[in-house]
Amino acid sequence: MDLNYSAEELAFRDQARDWLAKSLPAELKDKGHYSKDELLRWHRILAKQGWVAPAWPKEWGGTGWNVVQRYIFEEELGYSGGPPLIPFGLTMCAPVLLRFGTEAQKKRFLPRIYQGEDFWCQGYSEPGSGSDLASLKTRAILKADKYIVNGQKIWTTLAHYADWIFCLVRTDPTVEKRQEGISFLLIDMKTPGITVRPLILMDGAHEVNEVFFDDVKVPAENLVHEEGKGWTVAKYLLGYERMNTGRIGESKRQLARLKEIAAGKMKDMRFRDRLSRLEIELIALEITNLRFLDRMRRTGQPPGADVSMLKIKGTEIQQGLTELAMECIDPLAGDETSMALQKKYLTTRKTTIYAGSNEIQRNIIAKMTLGL
Amino acid sequence: MNFDYSEEQQLLADSVRRFLQNKYQFEDRKKIIAGEGWSSDVWAKLAEMGLTGLPLSPDYGGFGGGAVDLMSVMEAFGEALVLEPLLPTLMAARLVGRAASDAQKRALLPAVAEGRLRMVFAASPKANVVGAPAAHKLLCLLEKDLFIADAAEVPMKPYRTLDNMLAARIDFSPSKADLLAKDAGAAVEEALDFATALVCAEAVGAMKFSCDTTLEYLKTRKQFGVPIGTFQALQHRIVDMFISYEQAKSMACLACSKVDSSENPAERARAVSAAKIKVADAARHVSQESVQLHGGMGMSEELKVSHSFRRLTVLARQCGDADHHLERFASL
Ligand SMILES: Cc1cc2nc3c(=O)[nH]c(=O)nc-3n(C[C@H](O)[C@H](O)[C@H](O)COP(=O)(O)OP(=O)(O)OC[C@H]3O[C@@H](n4cnc5c(N)ncnc54)[C@H](O)[C@@H]3O)c2cc1C
Repeated sequence: MDLNYSAEELAFRDQARDWLAKSLPAELKDKGHYSKDELLRWHRILAKQGWVAPAWPKEWGGTGWNVVQRYIFEEELGYSGGPPLIPFGLTMCAPVLLRFGTEAQKKRFLPRIYQGEDFWCQGYSEPGSGSDLASLKTRAILKADKYIVNGQKIWTTLAHYADWIFCLVRTDPTVEKRQEGISFLLIDMKTPGITVRPLILMDGAHEVNEVFFDDVKVPAENLVHEEGKGWTVAKYLLGYERMNTGRIGESKRQLARLKEIAAGKMKDMRFRDRLSRLEIELIALEITNLRFLDRMRRTGQPPGADVSMLKIKGTEIQQGLTELAMECIDPLAGDETSMALQKKYLTTRKTTIYAGSNEIQRNIIAKMTLGL
Repeated sequence: MNFDYSEEQQLLADSVRRFLQNKYQFEDRKKIIAGEGWSSDVWAKLAEMGLTGLPLSPDYGGFGGGAVDLMSVMEAFGEALVLEPLLPTLMAARLVGRAASDAQKRALLPAVAEGRLRMVFAASPKANVVGAPAAHKLLCLLEKDLFIADAAEVPMKPYRTLDNMLAARIDFSPSKADLLAKDAGAAVEEALDFATALVCAEAVGAMKFSCDTTLEYLKTRKQFGVPIGTFQALQHRIVDMFISYEQAKSMACLACSKVDSSENPAERARAVSAAKIKVADAARHVSQESVQLHGGMGMSEELKVSHSFRRLTVLARQCGDADHHLERFASL
């Protein structure tokens, strides 16, 4: 057993780390919220270097790195403190198009996603369909060469920035197996009949939205895969290689920042113990993640339900970090720094809810891994 | 032994609850937040119900009540997430009542009882003080001595806390202040225990809201064709929330009753610290779970449960966090 990266892997890491440190504009570092321009600025810097979508096939701009290199890069990217790369285009819509899209769809959308010309959002959840996504009701009826879409999505992250939305819609309400009546549709956000309404979260930020569809006409060519195969597409995405689910790089950065904030509190043994325990949680998660990665490299098998474990522990660690940061300030403080730390605690509660709540992740492990 | 509120206490709690239900709905509260951050109309009503005089001595226009008398009121405040700075004023009034001269008491306490005077206490000259922007008088501990000044004389920067309470960063300069009491350490500690016990009661009220509204959500929200409350994984979670709430409530009872009855400061302090530790843990547990079990809705600014979350986050650490009280408990 050897838990260390090889010399080449370490050299690769150093190279990535150096480049990221040198290329990330200082004013984009470690901000709580990023504007659309800021998000895209970082996206384009990475695109110019050819590093914005390492996992894509080389012909579409991928780097050709192996899984370990990709993992290292993602961790370094998270650790850099730059704006997050918004996943909806790069790691959700694109993999779907690469797997199920027509040549025309790939040519039309992939280069624009790569260059950050189109901003995408994800239209899955509905008011009545969160954990039980397959019950979704947004209706799409094919009339001649257009789908007419009616219904509502909710919690749509950054829909107010988006040029495009990929949606799960119901094309056939009559099939017995409801999953088989769902289709995957790409919709231009400028189409008449779409209304985006902000939903303010408890930290006061506008990050998610409601999106209403009122007789929205979508060209039939924007259907991905076949009609009724939307669930297959969505499931493919869930199983899609997601080795960074634990967000180790980001958490390492938050931990380092926490240690700076907490400098004056390190004499407090109770606090120090909690901080150490959390750091150890993170180490354990990292080694677990590397074990899964190593297995994937050797077997070529996608990680499957293991990813759920990474999501559960990763989000718990993220929340734990924000909680400890809050312990370093007066709960009644109103200065900007203290408020930012408190709001970070508020907003980080979402991580155990979205992208498949941690309860649903546990259900997945119970069923898929443990066979219950 | 009798854990019930007396008839008088129950009547008062009922009338406070009724008032809050009629006039302090979540929407009313929103308007207050969008405005000044507290409402003088509401304050007048609280005074009319006798709350501003409740724990003050009858010699100075009060009703001579104690922490237990206020407990159910603070629980009701917690449930409704009341913004008005009643507890800061009563805490400061308690200090005046215990430490000040008779003349000073005559000058201040009847006005407090009548609802005309609001006071707040700061434990140090530069401090973040809830209620300060709405106060007429500021009390401040400088070294061991207690001073009082007109709020207008004290430079302050108002803001809202995480849980939307009106507060200010103050800068208390002694040249403009009158001495209230020398060597006021023991009186301050007693008054802080009084306030801490009632903060516990307020947190218990907020927890009750969070538990009740989550239970209601589990019964009504349907996924997979059934109410999500039918999932055993969630049933156990909400059961644990209710257990936390009950334990916290018990400890708040203990703290309030010891504040009223204990002759021994160490015994009182141990009970109050024990309560605050338990309440802090419960507040964290209940608030986090209430959001989680609401799914996305729990994150929304639109729902009261996220405001209760914020309130509990602050209450868990207000008047000393669990670590502070663990240290105190263990040292007594
Ligand atoms: C900040 C944020 C951003 C989001 N961004 C997007 C986005 O961009 N696009 C998008 O489509 N969606 C998005 N979502 C929606 C997110 O995916 C859903 O909130 C999530 O799937 C949960 O659904 P729900 O909110 O309807 O909660 P519900 O499904 O109603 O769940 C409520 C509670 O019940 C639990 N529960 C439900 N079923 C079970 C079960 N069978 N067993 C045990 N427990 C169960 C849940 O875990 C949760 O605790 C976002 C959500 C948030 C909060």
